[in-house]
Amino acid sequence: MNSTLEPKYHILAVLVENKFGVLTRVSGLFARRGFNIVSLAVSPTEDENYSRMTIVVDAESAPLEQVTKQLNKLIPVIKIQELSSDQAVERELMLVTVKSSAEARSQITELAAIFEARIEYVGYDAITILAAGRPEKLDAMSDLLTPFGIVELQRTGRIALPKLGRRPARLRAVKDQNR
Amino acid sequence: MKLTGAQALIKSLELENTEVMFGLPGGAILPVYDPLIDSSIRHILVRHEQGAGHMAEGYAHATGRPGVAMVTSGPGATNIVTPLCDAYMDSIPLVVVTGQVPYSVIGTDAFQECDTVGITMPVTKHNWLITDAQDIPRVVREAFHVATSGRPGPVLIDIPKDIAMQEMNWYWPEAVDLPGYKPTTEGHPKQIKDAARLMGEAKRPIIYAGGGILKARAAEALRELAEMTGIPVVTTLMARGAFPDDHDLCLGMPGMHGNYTAVTAMQESDLLIALGSRFDDRVTGKIDGFAPEAKIIHVDIDPAEIGKVRRPDVPIVGDCRLVIEEMIKAVRSDQDKNGNGKKAGSRWPTLDPWRAHLREYQERYPLVYEQFDDGPLKPQFCIDQLNALTPDDTIVASGVGQHQMWASQRWTFNHPYTWVNSGGLGTMGFAVPAAIGAKVGKPERMVWAVDGDGCFQMTAQELVTAASERIPVKIAILNNAYLGMVRQWQEMFYEERYSEVYLSPDLPDYVMWAEAMGCVGFRVDSPEDVGPTIEKANEVDDRPVVIDFRTDYREKVYPMVAVGTANSEVIVDPDTERLGGKS
Repeated sequence: MNSTLEPKYHILAVLVENKFGVLTRVSGLFARRGFNIVSLAVSPTEDENYSRMTIVVDAESAPLEQVTKQLNKLIPVIKIQELSSDQAVERELMLVTVKSSAEARSQITELAAIFEARIEYVGYDAITILAAGRPEKLDAMSDLLTPFGIVELQRTGRIALPKLGRRPARLRAVKDQNR
Repeated sequence: MKLTGAQALIKSLELENTEVMFGLPGGAILPVYDPLIDSSIRHILVRHEQGAGHMAEGYAHATGRPGVAMVTSGPGATNIVTPLCDAYMDSIPLVVVTGQVPYSVIGTDAFQECDTVGITMPVTKHNWLITDAQDIPRVVREAFHVATSGRPGPVLIDIPKDIAMQEMNWYWPEAVDLPGYKPTTEGHPKQIKDAARLMGEAKRPIIYAGGGILKARAAEALRELAEMTGIPVVTTLMARGAFPDDHDLCLGMPGMHGNYTAVTAMQESDLLIALGSRFDDRVTGKIDGFAPEAKIIHVDIDPAEIGKVRRPDVPIVGDCRLVIEEMIKAVRSDQDKNGNGKKAGSRWPTLDPWRAHLREYQERYPLVYEQFDDGPLKPQFCIDQLNALTPDDTIVASGVGQHQMWASQRWTFNHPYTWVNSGGLGTMGFAVPAAIGAKVGKPERMVWAVDGDGCFQMTAQELVTAASERIPVKIAILNNAYLGMVRQWQEMFYEERYSEVYLSPDLPDYVMWAEAMGCVGFRVDSPEDVGPTIEKANEVDDRPVVIDFRTDYREKVYPMVAVGTANSEVIVDPDTERLGGKS
């Protein structure tokens, strides 16, 4: 599991009305059009009338242009931005529980320190660690933890915001698409 | 002013100029049916909720105004899902109101509860569950706006019983505020100029007119564009009537059962001007082999249609009428500058050779059939007779299958909004209720449904509705005792292994059935009775008429492009040459 952000993924920041059923509309659209979601994170924004969805789309399942055009047809969808790595700050959160005998414990805590992760819980034979960062960093960390024995792992999926101060990242769907 | 939610709903529908609605009451929608008694809105009580939906569609097809239907929760709502999906596929504006169990018990599996909003989400342009009676006027305004603007489509309002009984302070919103919904209607001027330039260079251009022409009320603009450029026009199944069939430039219907000339003209063209059409698989055949040399101008109000199937050279997002009107100006100024093909040296090439080439195809590959005097009765003959013996502006509805293709191929549609059919979804049983809805919307016009025996049996009970409401529609059943199109496929592609397609010509007895439903029933077995019986049916204007035409089950729909093959492999009737095709 050593995937960096390859162009086979697209990150969409989707501003939607904060109403019930909107998530169903979006996920239902993806399902019936055969678009695959890699990850999805939703939360209200600074304006409580709107929520922001950060959707990572499998670029091979459908042309991005169709995904964004179909999304735009949903009435509660206000705005869609495609975010590329250099134009956006993206972060992800990971909770991971690793098997940890007394002997392994110090190695694991050392590893956690290298990744600036926090130990959230220590049991007799397991440790739960919280890590945050770019998706590649979390990939690397979970790879290094694998030999110890990962009991459970949960990631939030990416959240992303465009970098300020640059020109606004705009939808590049039409230009990118070569069919 | 205090109103109940139900009163507010009916009042809002009135303010949206609803003159008629189609529906059937039940438990959860009871409160809304009460104020309907005092309303100016005419309500037509259907016999099955699917009928209400298709009637609303027929009404919208014929009038261009949104069709309105109202049904109860649970089974009422699920029964109207087919019409919603049909309207979604064919971009028909519908506003459907469904009752829902009281808001307080939603999620408890209450009697006649179903997740209507969830079920209809994929088949509506948008839908709303009302959670506060105060929202009703706003939601109704939004619903009509969404249904009728942009790419039209069906919408649904789900109203829980307790919300319908709740009191609210009446208001009427002045405007609709939907920040996420701003359809683009005006085409980009540069793209329009580019389109005009391409038109001026093409030697074998074709206008590929789709249902969007009718939705945008763009038939007149289309005619002007075609006439000023001399570009021939094909009209898809959804666009029959958008350009007059008796016009010199009209090539008729393309696609799987399109005529040879329309199919081949698109195939050989060097420029396809797609106006409100969506490159449906039934039109394109195998997409890789479709119109290989054509550049594409694609005009559509739905940006998602552009590039979905075939990447255009000139994409234009906008309303067909507005865009075509701008195109006309752009063409005119280009022709003024560069000549219009009549002068030597003009940039606009003369299209005479192209049109002459297509005329040769028309002569060589006409649509053919052979009616012997002593029978059996040919379905094409029945349609030709109907076409000949009815007024020019007759509205024709059809179901789905062979009869639909024959009707679309053979009828001379010279006026827009005279062809009512189910294109995208292919809903059998569409014809009877859709014809009723069309007649309600256009009572002064003659309305005929051309139906199949299989289709008729699906929704025939709505003739009871028509009889009791005195809606004098006329139904021609082309009764070949088979699910004819399926039979045709089994004959051609399944080695004549006929699986579950035989229906019997006599069971049911269509004449007795028609009369039991309060209609006039006729049966026609022989060719010489066809004309006189149609004339008798035309005389009936106080109740519906049904004619049971006993037609030849062996007759197949030609031409045909088999599934998975390219349009260049179109199969014409094997008897074409013998029956008048000039080689």
